[in-house]
Formats: sequence, C-alpha cells, structure tokens
Amino acid sequence: MSSTREAYGKAIEELGEKYPFYVFDADLSQATKTNLFAKKYPDRFFQAGIAECNMMGMAAGFATCGATVFASTFAMFAAGRAFEQVRNSIAYPNLNVKIAATHAGILIGPDGGSHQCIEDISLMRTIPNMTVLCPSDAAQTLPCVEAAIKKEGPVYLRFGRNASPDIYSGDVQFEIGKGYQLRDGNDATIIAIGDMVYEALVAAEELSKDGVQIRVIDMPSLKPIDEELIVKAAKETGIIITAEDHNIIGGLGSAVCEVTAQFCPVPVIRVGSKDLFGRSGSKNELAEYYGLNSQTIIKAYNLRKKMISKK
Amino acid sequence: MSLTTNDLKIIANKIRYYALDGIFHAQSGHPGGSLSMAEIMAVLYFHEMRVDPQNPKDPDRDRFVLSKGHAAPGYYAALALKGFFPVKQIGNLRKIDCVLQGHPDMKKISGVDMSTGSLGQGISAATGMALYGKTNKKDYRVYALTGDGELQEGQVWEAAMAAGHYKLANLTVFVDNNNLQIDGEVTKVMSVYPIAEKFEAFGFAVQKINGNDIEEVIAAIDKCKLQQDKPNAIICSTVKGKGVSFMENQAKWHGAAPDEELYKKAAEELETAIIELGGAL
Repeated sequence: MSSTREAYGKAIEELGEKYPFYVFDADLSQATKTNLFAKKYPDRFFQAGIAECNMMGMAAGFATCGATVFASTFAMFAAGRAFEQVRNSIAYPNLNVKIAATHAGILIGPDGGSHQCIEDISLMRTIPNMTVLCPSDAAQTLPCVEAAIKKEGPVYLRFGRNASPDIYSGDVQFEIGKGYQLRDGNDATIIAIGDMVYEALVAAEELSKDGVQIRVIDMPSLKPIDEELIVKAAKETGIIITAEDHNIIGGLGSAVCEVTAQFCPVPVIRVGSKDLFGRSGSKNELAEYYGLNSQTIIKAYNLRKKMISKK
Repeated sequence: MSLTTNDLKIIANKIRYYALDGIFHAQSGHPGGSLSMAEIMAVLYFHEMRVDPQNPKDPDRDRFVLSKGHAAPGYYAALALKGFFPVKQIGNLRKIDCVLQGHPDMKKISGVDMSTGSLGQGISAATGMALYGKTNKKDYRVYALTGDGELQEGQVWEAAMAAGHYKLANLTVFVDNNNLQIDGEVTKVMSVYPIAEKFEAFGFAVQKINGNDIEEVIAAIDKCKLQQDKPNAIICSTVKGKGVSFMENQAKWHGAAPDEELYKKAAEELETAIIELGGAL
C-alpha cells in the first residue's frame, strides 16, 4: 500500500536510467516525489520555482529541441493555473511534454478545497492531442509512466496524494486506450479510476453476498478511452456505475456517458463529487462526506434496481 | 557572404511589403507590429542567425521565437524571403487551405521554431530552448521578440526570472517598444515602464537602441555575444506601422487590414523606398 505519487517518483527514478528524459518541478519536488529523480540525475532536473505557467513553457521549449520532458506540480496548478500554457505551448504544437500532476481529487485530505482539484480530467480531456492517464495503484504506475514516455506527444498523468490499497501485483500490463476488467458479473458494471477502483471491488464483493454479480473495470486510460470494453459492459450488464475522485461533470462519468450515449444507451450512475468543492478533513472523513466510497456505490446500485423494479 | 547595411534596409522594406501583401489579401491580420519589427527580422534572418532553409530542423540551428505572434505576417515575409517557402504563398495568409496560420504554427510552417500567439508564452519557450542548449553544451543562440504591451503578461516576468536564475547568456530578448497596443498607448492602458530596469532587476544585461536602425541592431546583437553569464534584453525603440506614412504611430493599425486604395498607397510607398535604396521587388 503506497500512493501513486510515490510510485511516480520511484518510476521516473528507475526509468531515468533507460530513457534520457528531463524533469521540471515548481517547488514541490518533496511532495510530487520528483526529488528522487533530482537526487539521482541532478543534471536532468530543473527547478522552475513557484511559476507553473513558465514551467510549462520551458518544458515546451525543451521539447522543441527533441527532448522528452516531465513537468510536475499539483493537479490544481498543472491543469488549472497553467491550463492555457498546456493548451497553447504544449498540446497545440503536440510537444513531448508529460504533465505529471499529483495531489488530485478531494481525497488528498486536509489542504482543503483550494487544493483539491476535481476539474483536471475534464480540463485535460478536452484539449486536442492530449492523452489522459490515471493509474489506480502503485504497481500500475510504473508501466503507466513508461507508456507515457513511449507515447509521442503530450500526456497528462493524474496521481493521488495518499496511500491507496494495492490492486495489482506481479508484472503489470499497461496499454494506453485499454481498460482492465478486474471482476466479472452481469448484473451491473462499475467503471472506476484511481482510489475508487478499490472501493468498486469492495462494493462488488459486498453485493455478491446478496447474490448480485457486479463487473468491475479499472479505466486508467481516460483518453483515449476503451470504447469497446464500455460498450460490451453496457450490452451485457445493462447498468453502469462510474466512480471517481473528481467532479461527476467532465470526468470519467462524462467520458463513459459519451460512449454509451453514442453506441449503447444504458443508465449510467455517476459517483464522485456532485459538483461540490472540497473541504479540509482526513481522507476517510472526506470519503464519507462526499460519498467517495464503496457504500455510495452500493447505494447507487440498489437505488437504481428499485427504480427499475417499480416500472 | 554578408550583406551590406543597405542590402538589409532593402530586405526590411521587402518584409514590410510582403507582410502588407498578406494582410491585404487575407483582409485581416496585424500590420502595425509587423512593420515596426522589420529591421530586427532582417538583421536576424539575413545577417545573424545560423539557419538553413534546406535543413529547417537542424538541431544546432539558432532559434527564434516570435512571442508577439500576431506579427506573423512580418515573420512569414522574413522566412519566405530567406527561402523557407515561396514568397507567393504569403498571398494566401490565413486562408483555409494555406499553412500560414493567423499566428505562427511550428507544426505547419517551415522555419517556425515555436507556435505562439497567446501573449507572454513565447519567452518561456525561448528560455527553455536556451536552457536546453546550455545544459547540452550546444553553441546555438536563442532569440525571442516580445511586444511592449505583451510585458503586461505576468508570465514574461516568470520567464525573465528563470532566464536570469539560470544565467542564460545564449538568450536574447528583443522588446519591440513601439508604445502602442490595441486599446491605445501602452502608458495609458497599463504602463510597463520602466522596462530596462525591470529586466536588469531580473538579472539581464540590457541595451536600449533604435530598433528601426539596422546598424544599431547589428551592434547590439554583437554585444550580446560577449555576455558570459547574463541573458540579454534589447529594448528596441520602434515606430508602430513604420514605413507606411498613414500607419505610423496609429494604434488603429494594430490589427486592421487596409482596403484596396490604402493598400495600393502603402505598397507604392514601400516599393518607392526599396527602389530608392537601389533594390527591386
């Protein structure tokens, strides 16, 4: 059990040996864990100071010279403050900058609403040329980061702050554009990202005690998204529940709806921040307060079933 | 073979001529700032920069970033005259099937080193290019051109801070100080003065010159090359709309295309200037 930001720090530290990329950070290297890379490869690490917009521009300048560059800061400042720099200086010229954003979502804990970015997936997903990835545990992070390095063009990587339970073990496969079915079932499908993948598995396990078989899909590639897997789930299970530590507007829930609406309309119930800013609290308190847990997923399923049986 | 000052004056006026040609045929674009920077562009592309139209992506080339991307017509004219693409292409500026976008696009246009247009961002990219060059012990130089109104963007100063911090002596930032922006005089909209002192405070070596004087531009660049540990800023006093009598110092020509009558008058003035210098279109 560890956080995806720590796994990111370790991943670039390890992959730095194999790939000649550079890393920029904006005075948060202790928190984003790019300090591990900085220590090992001091000549390939650059501090931008607390100036995220310029960091994105400098990273873009590096990339025009043929370099692959990671630019790291908190999601709020990477996708939020520097949105337009990411859009115009990185994505528009399709440059090889990997925007590695940590501390995404409400579950980062006590920093509160100003730092709990619930809009980043929405913002990044809408930019042409951009790939958007969100690994769900530490083990998946390394292959996810390596896939981003191999992918030509800009990639947004979303990492959490706090330790989350392990989902994967051993030699983990990761492919951009692929979702991963973690549990089979035909009564409904939960599609989840990040911390919510574990909650989805817990919810499925709970529901199985009532004889309900829930399919669980981890969807770490938000853009491009695995349309085939979503459509298959929609056809075979008839109900989809999405679960994300992000606003239900514009994030995973919306991305799944875009696919089902076009290819196989089924009810999609979106679990996540219900268009609400975050607040200070512990991870568990916040999960409870905002409904970012297995209980909310179970309630969402039961409510939907009740609605169907009333018809 | 290096060109004479007179040759460069002719080229500056040709840059003006073709920039206006593009803007007129597009019936949109930004003449004012395209005209004010013509001497800087002529010196950079025809005297100073190590660039090869046959090998536009040469990793060892000098770089140029037009941070004031709206002056694209002047940029395209310089690139076309240098041989990156046919001059006649400028007549299709901003057209749907033409690569010459309203603002510079490095993915579409040969010779463009960075896509720009959203003000304040080009200096950051240029700083990144210079830092990459310094880190990898490359001997290329990086030039960036910003407007004076553009200095109102906070990101310019973030970039200046980084360029000073990393002592990027291979970076030269030109400020096209023509004193006008869309809504009027820079001092009335939002004063950016004092400019030189601001750059100095961020660790730059600063020169102030007449940016419409070929010899002063050459001398200033030569001086930049002597700098060992500071980035360079050249504050270029220029005339917006320079070279076309009715456009000079008029904010309304920041982003407006001339009608046919005015275009003919402007083209005639520029052609006359070129002929008087002993050149020809």
